[in-house]
Amino acid sequence: MPSFSFKDFRLKTQVGKSIFRHGYSDDERDRALTVLTNVFFHLHPVKVRKSGARFGFTWCAGGLSFFVFLTLVVSGILLMFYYRPTVEYAYNDIIAMREHVPFGIMRELHRWGAHAMIITVWLHMFRVFMTGSYKPPREFNWVIGVILLVLTMLLSFTGYLLPWDQLAIWAITVGSNMARATPFLGHEGPGAALLKLGDIQLIHSGSDVRFALLGGNFVGAAALLRFYILHCVAIPVVVVILMAVHFWRIRKDGGISAPL
Amino acid sequence: MSDAPVLPPAPPAPNPKPVIPPKPAAGNAVSQERRQFIFTWLGLAWTAFALATGTALSTVLRFMFPNVLFEPKTSFKAGRPDDYEIGKVDERWKEKYGVWIVRTLEGIYALSVVCTHLGCTPNWLEGEQKFKCPCHGSGFYKTGINFEGPAPRPLERLRISLADDGQVLVDKSKKFQQEKGEWNDPESFLTP
Repeated sequence: MPSFSFKDFRLKTQVGKSIFRHGYSDDERDRALTVLTNVFFHLHPVKVRKSGARFGFTWCAGGLSFFVFLTLVVSGILLMFYYRPTVEYAYNDIIAMREHVPFGIMRELHRWGAHAMIITVWLHMFRVFMTGSYKPPREFNWVIGVILLVLTMLLSFTGYLLPWDQLAIWAITVGSNMARATPFLGHEGPGAALLKLGDIQLIHSGSDVRFALLGGNFVGAAALLRFYILHCVAIPVVVVILMAVHFWRIRKDGGISAPL
Repeated sequence: MSDAPVLPPAPPAPNPKPVIPPKPAAGNAVSQERRQFIFTWLGLAWTAFALATGTALSTVLRFMFPNVLFEPKTSFKAGRPDDYEIGKVDERWKEKYGVWIVRTLEGIYALSVVCTHLGCTPNWLEGEQKFKCPCHGSGFYKTGINFEGPAPRPLERLRISLADDGQVLVDKSKKFQQEKGEWNDPESFLTP
C-alpha cells in the first residue's frame, strides 16, 4: 500500500499547488505567507506580540465572543429548519425543539450562547478600556466595537420575542414602548411635535419608529415576522460585515496592543 | 430719546490695512469656476446618483409601513346597557378588544386595558377591588385612578355612546385622560 505524503501532495500535485499559494517550510516567510494568502486568515494580524497573546492581557474576550458567535450561527441555522415565525406555530415549534427534535439541547445551546455572548462582549469592552487599547490609532476600531456591542444586544432583543410566550410578548411590549420616546422619531419623544407640514403631524402613533419596528400598533403577527427577519437575516449580515472590518483594523492598526 | 448723547467719532484704527483694489479679472474667474462646477457631466452624474439612491432608500422606508393592518376594529358594539351589572367590572371584551366596561350607579364607562406605565395588561382582582399590573406592580382603583406602583397616570377611558339600535358603542380611537380633565367630557361617560 503506497503511503500518502501530505508534503508531496502540497508541493508536487496540481491540486495541492492550486489550493495553497505558499511554500511548505517553517521559515518566517512561509509562516507569514500562510496567513497572508488565506482569505480567512488575512484579516488576522500576521504576527502577534508574545505579550498580546498572554491570556492575562486579553482574557481572550474578543476571540471568545467570535467563537460564541460562530456557535450561535451554526445552532441558529439548525433551529431555522424547525421554527415557523407565525402566531399559530411559533410557540409549539419552540416546545417541539425540546420534545421532538433530535438533540433537544440545540435550542438551549442557542439560548445559553446568547447569554454567553453578551457577557464576553461586555468583558471584551471592559478589557479594551482597562488596557487603554482604544487610544490612537485604534479609536476607529473602538467605535466599530461599540456599534457591534449595540447590535449584539439588538440580536438578543429580537431573539427574545421568537418563543412567543407570555414573557416574550410582554417583554417586547415594554421594550418597544420605550421606542415611543425616541427623539424626533417616536411619537411621544422630544421634538416629534415639531415635525409637521402645516397642520399635519408627520410623526404619529401610526408613522413612528415603534410602528416600523412592530409593523402594527401592538406586538402581533407582523411584529413576530419582523423580529424573526431582523434576528436571522438583517442584523447578522451587518454584524458579519462589521466584524470583518473590526478584525482587519486590528491588523492594520498594528496588531493587539502592547501592555502599558 | 431726543436727549441721547452724541457719541464722539470712533478713533481711527491704529494700523489701517491698505485697501487693495479688486482685480477686474478675479470676479470673472470665480463666476466661470462656479458655472463650470454646476454644469458638468460629473456633477450631473452625481446628482442623478444621489437622487436615485435617495428614492431607493425612501422606497425601502415606505415599504416598512403597510397600507392595511389586520388588527381588531377600533370601535365595536358591546350589547345593551342592561347587560352590565351595577358595581361590576365587566371583562367580556378584554381579550378581543382590550376594554373593560364598568357600570356604577352614575353610569357606564369604558377603560383601556393598557397599563400607563409600559403598556402591559393589568388584571382585575375582584377580591381586592383593584386593577393590578403583573409586569411592575402598578395598581388602579375601579375608577382607573392609579394608587400604587410605577404607573404615572390613571388608565385611559374610551369614547362610549348609545348606538341607534340601543346598544353600547365603544370607540377606542378617542381617548380621555383624567389628568387632562377629560373625564368630565360627556363622551367619556354613558348615563343610560
